[in-house]
Amino acid sequence: MLNLACLVPIFPLIGSIINGFFGLRIGKNAVGMVACGSVALSFLTVLLMFASLLFTPAEERMFEQVLFTWMAAGDFSVDFGFQIDPLSMVMMLVVTGVGFLIHVYSIGYMHEEYSYYRYFAYLNLFMFSMLLLVMGNNFLVMFIGWEGVGVCSYFLIGYYFEKKSACDAGVKAFVVNRVGDFAFLLAIMYIFNIFGTIDFSDVMHMAPEKLIFGAEPVTIITLLLFIGATGKSAQIPLYTWLPDAMEGPTPVSALIHAATMVTAGVYMVVRCSVLFEMAPLIMLTVAFIGGATALMAATIGMTQYDIKRVLAYSTVSQIGYMFLACGVGAYTAAIFHLVTHAFFKACLFLGSGSVIHGIHGEQDMRKMGGLKEHQPITYITFLISTFAIAGIFPLSGFFSKDEILYHALMDGNIILWGMGATGALLTAFYMFRLVFMTFWGESRVDPHVHPHESPKVMTLPLMILAGLATVGGLLGIPLVHGWHALHNWLEPVLHFDLAATLEHSRHMLHAQGEHPASWAHLLIETEHNVWVEIALMLLSLGIAITGIVGAYFCYVKNPDLPGKFIKGQWGYELVKNKYGVDELYDATIVKPTVVGSFFLWKTADQKGIDGGVNAVANVIGWFSVQARVFQSGFVRNYALFMVMGFLVLLILMF
Amino acid sequence: MEHIPAPAIDFISLAPALILSVFGMLVLLMDLFAGKNKNLLVFASLVGLVLAGVSAFAPKALPVVSFGGSYVVDHLSVFFTLIFVFSSALTILLSIEYNPRNGIRAGEYYALILFCTVGMILLASATDLIMIFLGIEVVSICLYVLAGIKRGDVKSNEAALKYFLLGAFATGFLVYGMTLLYGATGTTKLAGIAEVIHSGQTNSDTLLLLGTVLLIIGFGFKVASVPFHMWAPDVYEGAPSPVTAFMAVGPKAAALVAFYRVFATAIPEIGTTWDTLLMVVAVATMVIGNFGAIVQTNIKRLLAYSSISHVGYLLIAIIARNSLGGSAIAYYMMAYAFMIFGTFGIVILLGEKNSENLEIKNYAGLGVKQPAIALCMTVFMLSLGGMPPFAGFIAKFYIFGAAIKEGYVVLVVIAVLNSVVSLYYYLKIVVLMYMKDSERELELSMGPITLAVVAIAVFGTIEMGLFPDPILQLTQ
Repeated sequence: MLNLACLVPIFPLIGSIINGFFGLRIGKNAVGMVACGSVALSFLTVLLMFASLLFTPAEERMFEQVLFTWMAAGDFSVDFGFQIDPLSMVMMLVVTGVGFLIHVYSIGYMHEEYSYYRYFAYLNLFMFSMLLLVMGNNFLVMFIGWEGVGVCSYFLIGYYFEKKSACDAGVKAFVVNRVGDFAFLLAIMYIFNIFGTIDFSDVMHMAPEKLIFGAEPVTIITLLLFIGATGKSAQIPLYTWLPDAMEGPTPVSALIHAATMVTAGVYMVVRCSVLFEMAPLIMLTVAFIGGATALMAATIGMTQYDIKRVLAYSTVSQIGYMFLACGVGAYTAAIFHLVTHAFFKACLFLGSGSVIHGIHGEQDMRKMGGLKEHQPITYITFLISTFAIAGIFPLSGFFSKDEILYHALMDGNIILWGMGATGALLTAFYMFRLVFMTFWGESRVDPHVHPHESPKVMTLPLMILAGLATVGGLLGIPLVHGWHALHNWLEPVLHFDLAATLEHSRHMLHAQGEHPASWAHLLIETEHNVWVEIALMLLSLGIAITGIVGAYFCYVKNPDLPGKFIKGQWGYELVKNKYGVDELYDATIVKPTVVGSFFLWKTADQKGIDGGVNAVANVIGWFSVQARVFQSGFVRNYALFMVMGFLVLLILMF
Repeated sequence: MEHIPAPAIDFISLAPALILSVFGMLVLLMDLFAGKNKNLLVFASLVGLVLAGVSAFAPKALPVVSFGGSYVVDHLSVFFTLIFVFSSALTILLSIEYNPRNGIRAGEYYALILFCTVGMILLASATDLIMIFLGIEVVSICLYVLAGIKRGDVKSNEAALKYFLLGAFATGFLVYGMTLLYGATGTTKLAGIAEVIHSGQTNSDTLLLLGTVLLIIGFGFKVASVPFHMWAPDVYEGAPSPVTAFMAVGPKAAALVAFYRVFATAIPEIGTTWDTLLMVVAVATMVIGNFGAIVQTNIKRLLAYSSISHVGYLLIAIIARNSLGGSAIAYYMMAYAFMIFGTFGIVILLGEKNSENLEIKNYAGLGVKQPAIALCMTVFMLSLGGMPPFAGFIAKFYIFGAAIKEGYVVLVVIAVLNSVVSLYYYLKIVVLMYMKDSERELELSMGPITLAVVAIAVFGTIEMGLFPDPILQLTQ
């Protein structure tokens, strides 16, 4: 049954080809059918494979399907193949399941668009790339998918290409991502250099034997991998592209920029958990970057008025939680939150899309209000998901976020927990600010617009996702010790023997004649403390409720209060302008590059030759006389430039 | 009288060069009788190229050595012969519709391409400095004429003259470098030079090093690396588009393989003395090439700078001086051939009668008007920028892999960063095609043959990216 793996990505690829080439001819209905049908087939295949994996003994749940030898040169050989294990299975389920719902929703949302087929062709292509990313059995296949989703994301952000802001956002997303990708690529080469292979299972098996705990190679590799992850998953310092990416159609924001692609970085870190476990310094970095991103993005989220931008910052913040979990070694918690986040954030984005659809394209929350009467289904599903993200018992977000906070405190430290907890307070506040401003209170909608509920094809996915957001937490109810479905499921993948690794590293260091510091303190196991966890749960429930009540007080009881409070506050202005990071990057990186290349071309490559040559010409006058014979000014200069190059090389040589 | 023994010659292994020489002369003769209709010449040239390509596989066991060790046919040279034959054939195909439209009527055009291909084949197989010089001159002289073949066009004339003057200048450096190398080691054979250096019996180390520097300049000019690249943008812009594509692939590949052979087989042992030089050259080439390309508004100039930057990446494979580097260059040039001929095919398609439509802004709105062509262009641009799953990515990956293997990590970091920068200007064209409205009506001159070349190129670019292994095996 697991042999079906190769079919999973192929279905959307076929769908993409059909829609891309024949989309205009076969008509809108057929395009929708092809697009959704292909993803549905993938989803069904994944379900079959899941069942098959479920009935395999836990320690044998690892299946590799090699399709062909991709390339081989000397001792370098890469297969093109898929790896089906519990971790990739979770991702495949999320990608195809949530992906399918969003495809269905898109039929309704994009119905008015002329280039409907183009949209679905890209969306299917995205599914194909994303599946390659999560299913690949080695770093290079993953990288292909990694770049593929980037390209699709670029095209979909720029889908409304009449809008200049959409084009700019697409290019920005692409270029910022490339910064991360380049680090990822270097990491792959470094890994190949050390291990002689880039196959996931080989690398992870060999890592404890080939690398020294906490030494330079593993630290550099994981740092590069993490930089790659910050690009794709929009973490500090490479998060600026994601809020701008909201220029794309809303279902795209839901699928790519909330549920799947942006969590690829988390998946990659978890996939390489063995390497990260061996680099404590980078683990700490990951945790702090995650925590800081969670907190900072939440503060910005409180000040935005565009409904999609609030959700975008919320996504950045929630992914920060996932990295925080990775950083303290709680990979199960990270994946758990990834899954529940996919449910409730997809629901929130699609809900916001339904709102925007219902009031004809308005995205400013100051021009909404009172929509709950007009859009009851949207409102209820939105509210459920908001409770989930705020962390209210017993919705999914409550369990996953609490697991992260618990591990942040027990395996990390109080600062990390503090960042997470403060973030949670702000999350509850800004999410309910969003709900109150959009659905409650007086209507501020343009009087010419008559809000209406969206069609079934859009509300049905909302209802399913809200249902999943409600019960998703069951995957990981932690109260009964030893019973945590997701943890047990992922255990074979995440297994890492720290003691044996340290022993190995010690031997290797001895062989090099060095004596390692004591690592004994690393081996102290922290017991799972049920009472601490329950206490923390109650505390964070209190935090969430405080946030909600705060939002209620500010936006329902006294709607004038926030206006008075923020007036003249420089701190507010700073946050509202996103801490000026965009401007900072613009001034320090973007502008100098553009100006610099003009300078380089104009001065160094065209005019500089004249100037430089004149100076040198005086020194080597003889040559300039010779060169003048050439008549053409340019040729003379070119030739002289060659002579200068010769002199420089000569000086370098001797 | 002393009897001079004739050197052993294996004619089967020489077949590609011989066939093309014969066909070149045949085409010249046929031109006398062909009149205005050049189709016969085209046909004869293509037949010659196909025969040459097939005969490249004739030798049973490789390598075959001829002319007393001056000429060797091995896997590398066979693969490069295929690249040359293939790129020359595509050049001729692109010219069929382009030449009449742009008033190029000279029949010797086709003969020159064939002769140039002969020179490239000699160059790829040369293992003797004299043979290398011979190959380089055969190639260069043909190119000087080809660049100026648009006789009525001032830019084309200027390009040819510039290229000729600077080329002659660079040849001086090259010959001088070869002379010094001979002076230092007493032999012109690459293997012999390596032996002398290995045994430590060089006449003078200073001469050896000076010769190396001069060779870097000579080859550096032929492959258009900074600071010997100045001719490239002007010549690429002025030459007819098919010739530009030709120059960017075939002759460049030929010069690179000779460059590789000299530096990786003759003088690798003194590698630590010249690798810093080449690293400086490679980095400068990448940086000037990429940043120069960012500000261009003419597509051919942009491609010229982009081509300079690609040479920067390719030099890294020479610096690595291992066998992986050799096959990486071969793979890269094959991939590059597909990408460049595809791109130039589209450039030619966009041309109108008497105007070539070379401004980048003319590409605006192509995505709406000609979605298929815009899609092809997107594939080429992404591949040139090194995006997977296209050929350009695998090619770069190989080069960088070869360098990492020898420990040139910093160099690879710089190269990868450069490829990030390069995406900016490749993407600029994609953005224009899809995201801007065209300022005026586009009138494409849809020639079926040019379209076919673009289709072949797209196929190759994707095929070599998805299934690189078959081609890769050929390079080893």
